[in-house]
This record gives sequence, C-alpha cells and structure tokens, in this order.
Amino acid sequence: MNLRRQAATLLPIVTAVLVGFAVCGVIAALVGLSPWVMFTELIKGAVEGPQLFETVARAVPLVGMTLAAGIPLRAGIVNLGADGQLVLGACAAAIVALYLPAPDAVRLVAALAVGAIIGGGYAALAAAGEIVAKVPLLLSTWLLTYPAKGLCGYLVRSPLRDPVTAWPSSKRIAVGARLGHLIPGTPVNQGLLLIAVAAVLIVFIDRRTSVGYELRMRGLNERFARYGGVALSRQTAWLMFASGALAGLVGAIMVVGSQYRFTDGALTAPQYSWSGTLAALLAGGEPIAGIVAAVLFAALQTGGFAMERSVEIPRVLTMVLESVIILFLSMRGAIWRRAS
Amino acid sequence: MGALFNATFFDQAVLGITPILLAALAGTLSERVGLFNIALDGQMLVGAFAAVAGSHFTGTLSGGIAAAVLATVAFSALLAFGSAVLRGNDIVIGISLNLLAAGLTSFLLRVLFGVSGTFSDSSMAGLPRLHVPGVAALPVLGRALGEQNALVYLSWLLVLLTAVFLDRTPWGLRLRGIGEQFDAAVTLGTKAVRYRIVVTLVGGALCGLAGLQLSLGSLTLFSENMTAGRGWIAVAAVMLGRARPLAVASACLLFGLSDALGLRLQGEGLPNQITDSAPYVVTLVALVIAGLRQRIDARRVVI
Repeated sequence: MNLRRQAATLLPIVTAVLVGFAVCGVIAALVGLSPWVMFTELIKGAVEGPQLFETVARAVPLVGMTLAAGIPLRAGIVNLGADGQLVLGACAAAIVALYLPAPDAVRLVAALAVGAIIGGGYAALAAAGEIVAKVPLLLSTWLLTYPAKGLCGYLVRSPLRDPVTAWPSSKRIAVGARLGHLIPGTPVNQGLLLIAVAAVLIVFIDRRTSVGYELRMRGLNERFARYGGVALSRQTAWLMFASGALAGLVGAIMVVGSQYRFTDGALTAPQYSWSGTLAALLAGGEPIAGIVAAVLFAALQTGGFAMERSVEIPRVLTMVLESVIILFLSMRGAIWRRAS
Repeated sequence: MGALFNATFFDQAVLGITPILLAALAGTLSERVGLFNIALDGQMLVGAFAAVAGSHFTGTLSGGIAAAVLATVAFSALLAFGSAVLRGNDIVIGISLNLLAAGLTSFLLRVLFGVSGTFSDSSMAGLPRLHVPGVAALPVLGRALGEQNALVYLSWLLVLLTAVFLDRTPWGLRLRGIGEQFDAAVTLGTKAVRYRIVVTLVGGALCGLAGLQLSLGSLTLFSENMTAGRGWIAVAAVMLGRARPLAVASACLLFGLSDALGLRLQGEGLPNQITDSAPYVVTLVALVIAGLRQRIDARRVVI
C-alpha cells in the first residue's frame, strides 16, 4: 500500500474523529458547558499519571470486544448480540470458578475456557438460525441478548445469590482461582496477556492464512467467495462461534480478573460491546486498526469518568462522540465513494 | 390462579402493541420505498424523551406531543440525509443512530433534569383514556377496546390508511415502484430521492408518536433505554409481515399478546427476569417458523 492510498483511507477516519469532537463541543456549549474545559479534562483524565493504567485496564475488554465484532464484520456480517454472549460467558465462568470441585488453578483455566465456549455456542445458535431458517443474523443476534441477560439475571438472584451483598451478585471467587495483577498497584490484570494472544492470533489468521483470505473475500464480494469454493454456511457458523467465544472470554476475564464475582448488569453497564462494534466499524473490520480504535475509545471512556468527577459533565457524552464519529464516517464514506 | 386472560391482560396487550405498531408502520413504509430502517429503536427513544421534556417544560400535553413529533422528525433528518440522499450503508447508519439516540437522551436527562436512570413528574400530563360508549361495557375486552387513549385508536386507523395509501393511491404506487426497481422508477420520472426523504421523515413522525405512547401513554416518565429493543421487534414485525400493513399489524398483535402474557405470568409468581424475555423469544420463534416455511425474504444483510 503506497503512501497516497494510505492517506486516502486515513483521511476520512481522521476527519470523522475531528467532526465527532466538534459536534460534542457544540452540544456541550448548547447546554451551557464549556467545550474547552470538557476537552482538557477528557484528555487529562485519560492519560495523566495513574489514569493511564485505567485506560490500559479499560482497553483490554474493549479490544477484546472490538476483535469479537471485527471477525464477522470482515465477512460483511454484523453480530449485534455480543452483550448476550459476554454475559452468558461471564455467568458460566463464575459458576465454574465457584463450584467446580477441582484445585484453584484448574478452576481458573476451566472458567476461562467454559466462558469462551458458552459465548461461542450462543453466537453459533444465531448462525444456525440463519443457515437453517434464514433468520437474519442482524436480528437474531440482537434478540438473543434479552433471554441471555434474563437468564443470568435470574440465576444471580436465586440459586447463585450471595445473601450478604446488596446488589444481586454471586459469591466471591477464591483468591487462587483469580487472574493476578499484571502491574502491581494498578487495575491491569493478566487478562491483558490473554487478549494480546487472541489479537496476535487473529491478525495472523487474517493476514497469513487461507481462512482469513476467505473471510476477507466474502466481505468484498460474497458471490465471488461462493464461486471460489468457500463453504459459506460452515464459514458463518465458525466465524460466529469465534466472535461469540471472544465475547465470552472477555466476560470470563472480567469476572475472574477484576470483579471476582458475577454481578447483574455490572458487565454490560460499561457498554464494551457497543463501543467495540463502533471501533470495529471505524476500522472496517481490520484487526490492527480495530485495536487502535479500541484503545482510543478506551481512553475516551476513562477520560469521560474523570471529566464527570471533576467538572460534572456527564460521561455518556463520550458515547455520543463515538456514535457521531461512525455516523459521519458512514456518510462521509458515501460522499467519498460517489466522488471517486 | 385466576383467569389468565382477564381484562387487565387484554388491556396490557393493547397498550404494549401500540408503540411497536407505530414504529412498524414507519419500518413498513421505509421497506416499501427500498430503505432498510433499523434505527426505529433510536427514533422511538428520541420521541419518548422529547415527549416528556416537552410536556414538562410547557406544562401541557400538546407541548409534549409537538416536541415528540418535531424532535423525532429532526432526528430522522439525519437518517434521511445519510441513507436516502447519500445512499450510505443502512445498517451502519442505523446502528450509529440507535447509539446516538441512547447517548443523547441519557446525556440530556442528566443535563436538563439532573437525574440519571428515570425521570418522572406526577404533575406531567399523560394521554387521557377515552370512554367509547357501548364498547367499554363489553365483558373482558371492554377496557382493552373501549377505554384506551386516542393514540391507540389512531394507530389502528393508521394501519388501514397505510394499507389504502400503498395499494390504492398513485403516490403509493410510485413509492412501491421506487422500492422494487429504483432505476426504472427514476427513468420514468419519479422523484425517487424526494420520495425516500419524505417517507423517512413521515416514519420519524410515526416513531415520535410511538415514543410518546411509551413515555406518556400509560405512565408519565422517561427512563434510559426505555424502548428496551421494541424498535427491533418492529423491524422483525416488518420482516414477518413482508412489509404489508395488515400482516405487519398481525405480527405486532402476536408480540403484544406475548408481552402481556409475560406480565401476567409474572403476576402469577414467575421471576420477571425470565418473563421479560417472552416477547423476544416469541419473536425469534416466529422468525424461525416463518423462515422454515420460506416466508422471509432472504435479504442478505451485508455491510
């Protein structure tokens, strides 16, 4: 890829990010908040001192969810059910980590594995719906989120409930069955390594293997991929499984790595799956660009928390920012395509 | 256990159907003019918030109605610009608009009302229930059919009007033509883009009313993400009804009944985390059955 083509790909993305910031500045100004204060607090809160580690800790699940959204996106498919896969994987991981009669270390590994398999299996269910009954994945993945959240919400209220907590939560996972801290004194845990391995694996498969090639071909032209001999149904099943497994793994990591228990709503509240979907869209499904976008969004979210604390500007404005970026990009992309 | 299908059950079913039905009509019009609108949920959410904000700040119901319709039409202008004028990707635009709606309403809830989660104001005017003489006196169904607010009756009237409009008027014919063969319609001199813009904005008004019903229809409150995926159920209803108004309305009926059934079972002691899933599970089952019977247009949803 030469420099000029790189500039042509990057320009709309950079413009979209700038427009996003501008729109949020205007919104803030309209409701009587100072855009300048907002931006400085946002950036300071994302990178200043110990806040940088907060950003890294937040980036781990967000990169995971971005990769999870990116796999199907690469083939032109949208998985809108990452939240359900994440919650189900997390809940399964908590059950294994709490109740599997085995040594602590075994429980930890099993919890991570089961979380990924359950998340993957749930996403594969949606794939089966499309292959067998032609139910569009866009809808089935989304609709499956509700029963998954409902089931976990029920489990954590009745059979798994820890009676000492005020909020519906499971019991606390034993210290030995937790992921340790990677950098002592910071919230960064060993989950970082797991997500890093997953990221390297995905980039390698995407760039260097026939599986990745077939995935990209399908995204560029599905009929060409079928003509070239790609078994589309089998591919749909596997890519949805991989996507869901990654989401489930993120859920499991959050349970055994930072929260140490499954609490109803705690895993979906930070909206990692939505930010991940938007980051993956910003990157067009390309994994490395996706990781960059995810780290950017993680920094925005950490900055958002700091901004809310220090100057009382609601941090949900960062969600507005993220969606404006993608909205503009989808429109900008259309203008750009027509002009060329 | 008392009678499962009692007056409250049918009343809740009719109440539950209305917002989905109005949004599904918007989706139906979009589908027929060749646009795939998955922003219904976000449009409804904007309407719900604007209705509460309008009603609260003007102190009148008409202020709430006007705000709901105008704000949602304005929000839908983004959709019209992106998908009808620039012909960007319907799905990407839809996803980002849904999130924009969620973010913007949560942000404004905090800034304008200083609360997070839920805002309710008991002095706020909601839509009053009417009393249709005769119908209201019917056994079991009386309250459900005879004592609803005006918007409920309007929504069913709109189903009929949409059906007549699409099948019996020259504008409906052109609209369908644009959806079926865009280039041919343009060649024959139809102002295709203009039709798509108008349809998207009218859909916005319908979603605004759907949001109004949600926040001021039976309760008078706004809570974050209060649409709870109803817009997506509307998308499913459009698909199941193959974008024909009467069929879409019957699909909505199914979801309304399952929603109400969920509420009733909850009243019988089932945990609400399980029963709340009822409409989504019923939607999925309906989609699978329709798919197996080859009744879904195999639209490849591709970015």
